[in-house]
Amino acid sequence: MKKISNAKALRRVQDDLKQNYDPNKKLVTICAGTGCRGYGCIKVKEELEAEIAKQKMDVEVRATGCFGFCEKGPLVVVHPEKIFYQQVKIKDVPDIISKTVATGEVLEKLLYRDPQNNETVMREEDVPFYKKQHRLVFGSNGMIDPTRIEDYLIIGGYSALAKALTEMTPEGVISEVKKAGLRGRGGGGFLAGTKWESCRRAPGEPKYVIGNGDEGDPGAYMDRSLMEGNPHSVIEGMIIGAYAIGASEGYIYVRNEYPLAVLHLTMAMASAKEAGLLGKNILGTDFSFDIHINKGGGAFVCGESSALFASIEGRAGEPRAKYIHAVEKGLWDKPTCLNNVETWANVPIIINQGAQSYASVGTEGSKGTKIFSLVGKINNTGLIEVPMGMTLREIIYDMGGGIPKGRKFKAVQTGGPSGGCIPESLLDLPVDFDKLYEVGSMMGSGGMIVMDDRSCMVDVAKYFLGFLQEESCGKCIPCREGVRRMHEILEDICAGKGKEGDVELLEHISTGVADGSLCALGGSAPNPVLSTIKYFREEYEAHIKNHRCPAGVCKALITYSINPDKCTGCGLCIKVCPTQATSGEKKKPHAINNDLCTRCGACIESCKFDAITVE
Amino acid sequence: MVNLIIDGKNVTAKKDTMVLEAARSAGVDIPTLCAHEAVSRAGSCRLCVVEIKKGNRTRIVTSCLYPVEEGLIVNTKTERVLNVRRLVLELLLARCPRSEVLQNLAKELGVDPQPRFLPDTDKGKCILCRSCVRVCEEVVGVSAIGMSARGSHKTVGTPFKETSSVCIGCGACVYVCPTGHIVMQSTGDKRKIWKRTFKMQTCEKCGKYFAPVDQLKFISKKTGVPYNELAVCTECR
Repeated sequence: MKKISNAKALRRVQDDLKQNYDPNKKLVTICAGTGCRGYGCIKVKEELEAEIAKQKMDVEVRATGCFGFCEKGPLVVVHPEKIFYQQVKIKDVPDIISKTVATGEVLEKLLYRDPQNNETVMREEDVPFYKKQHRLVFGSNGMIDPTRIEDYLIIGGYSALAKALTEMTPEGVISEVKKAGLRGRGGGGFLAGTKWESCRRAPGEPKYVIGNGDEGDPGAYMDRSLMEGNPHSVIEGMIIGAYAIGASEGYIYVRNEYPLAVLHLTMAMASAKEAGLLGKNILGTDFSFDIHINKGGGAFVCGESSALFASIEGRAGEPRAKYIHAVEKGLWDKPTCLNNVETWANVPIIINQGAQSYASVGTEGSKGTKIFSLVGKINNTGLIEVPMGMTLREIIYDMGGGIPKGRKFKAVQTGGPSGGCIPESLLDLPVDFDKLYEVGSMMGSGGMIVMDDRSCMVDVAKYFLGFLQEESCGKCIPCREGVRRMHEILEDICAGKGKEGDVELLEHISTGVADGSLCALGGSAPNPVLSTIKYFREEYEAHIKNHRCPAGVCKALITYSINPDKCTGCGLCIKVCPTQATSGEKKKPHAINNDLCTRCGACIESCKFDAITVE
Repeated sequence: MVNLIIDGKNVTAKKDTMVLEAARSAGVDIPTLCAHEAVSRAGSCRLCVVEIKKGNRTRIVTSCLYPVEEGLIVNTKTERVLNVRRLVLELLLARCPRSEVLQNLAKELGVDPQPRFLPDTDKGKCILCRSCVRVCEEVVGVSAIGMSARGSHKTVGTPFKETSSVCIGCGACVYVCPTGHIVMQSTGDKRKIWKRTFKMQTCEKCGKYFAPVDQLKFISKKTGVPYNELAVCTECR
């Protein structure tokens, strides 16, 4: 792309692109996020292109960022009708091209079928998963080819930057972000505008801005999808932030396990530079700013700001005490403003829309939308973007489609490994920064792991503490040793070796670890234990006092048996059992030999008659 | 000068003094393990935590790293503070059950070992405070040792646990170690530390072995003083 010399020229480029774009022209978009790539979407895309060539049609096939509905990938949308196809396979391609693209015929079998009424849904926005979403940040993902800057420009990309640079003062930008009430999306929830203001005022040169893309929570991938699917929105936000703060250099910290995010960010930065939107004299102004990509090695703790600085500086990723704030002394002891990549992506929206409009969405204390990754025991796994204040029930049942196999909801873990588990009684909780904190959990970066009645809450706490024990940097004693000891006790409880007083001891260690740890990783590490004790104490007691795991998960405490009244003798459990513990004659009730059974659960998963009971 | 209140006492301290030093100068004792005067502060042992009050907000901070502030109210013995210290000592006693330093400190603070914690057998007396790593880097300037791995797998030692070619056998790490974990054996003309044996230099005047040859060579190179001028022990100098 040719260099864009000023704000006016940018508008011309955008207008030219729009004029040359025919909205009624046939276009097939296919989700090419990491999730759909796992389903083989690249092969489907190649097949689409080959079929179009074969049929000598003039139709563009566009590989875009993540659509969010990962449960049903690979996802394909045929434009301009916006016909939404899910779970598309290579063999479906000829029909899509010759029928839907060529004649507009809708292929019923590829449409999403709403399990509530068994009816098919044709358009993406009518699918229940999308219906209640408010896709402010994520909305363009499905239209943009993230490797082409033109796709971003055509939807008005970099207009916010032009507006900030030519119509607003740095202070004006900060004031707008403050008025918008934008809070940090990485977990802290600190007011972004206030942070920017302190950083602007802090003495010292140069100043740095950092995009934190070191997403490390198990089951969370919204930052990845954002960086992969719409890298320019993050970059534009950072450039505006740098202008407001007075920074000349920036870093995006992204883990190397996100190769597609690294690639798309790198390509986006290169094309933004070529277009004069990044680098020296941006849009012909005096303002210069450059971004580097720093690839992380995948340590969870490096998402903590001071550990992240250490990592960029080339040292081991260990946090330091932050009594002097990063906005004064951050990266290389210079004033540094670090925000999560999702926070940065919200900035162009605020500048374009204005603070007032932006702040009209959300709750009193939490404005705008939030992207959540909805995973675990949920029908519609995927990424959703909802206005702050939506209830957990709406998220889990309306968008998530409820719990698979009609099982009962038990809890949802929000905020990543150091968040808390929220029980069924709080399903009507409006989700925002403050409300989640009040019930002993947190927003975190937006992970939501749904659990059904077959999840043991002690086992869940053990899992998260195990994760945190491995991911603690090991610098300070309460976190390194305290989390390890808590994990040991939880392992004991799950193995039937829990002792009277263990729950109280866990609470005692929790307070010490939370109060005494150096950084927020240790400070919040006890949350999974504290919240599960708070809401599921009886489950801990059943393990310790009665040596029972009510959810039937902890292997040392359970036995499997077959209910002869329900068993039809189909033989499936015999087939799937890896240890030959199940046996029986055809059409006669089977039995399980508990000496051989490893309680792996394969028979339960396979049984269609719910005949296997766990006690 | 900055005025603050520590445990009810009015204390005046120079700007940039840490709360730990301000408290000590006022006769308020705060236990520490990792704050050694020879090295920079890491804030890793967490024993020196105190509770500070600003306006209506109280919070726990590390006194060895928290600079004094005008009007700051510091309490060094609140229940929250003692709870953290108690936990830290319980955890350390379980990690290093053979450390006398820790046993004595626990006794002093009235902390008993937590019976529910199975004592470790493989950690020696090391609490991973990194005083040794810091002195080697900041004071000696050779960085022969460092930390490796993460979380509960973290250990201190030479890179890849191989004998270090840059170690000069000076023993500064032994000197700053608060718990006596690092072992240095000096017998006759040999000194053994970090699995490496160093040849010792005799004092040209009294004939006693007094320093590793490598250490004197390092000092000579660094300062430009000829080696033979360094071959005299501090007592005879």
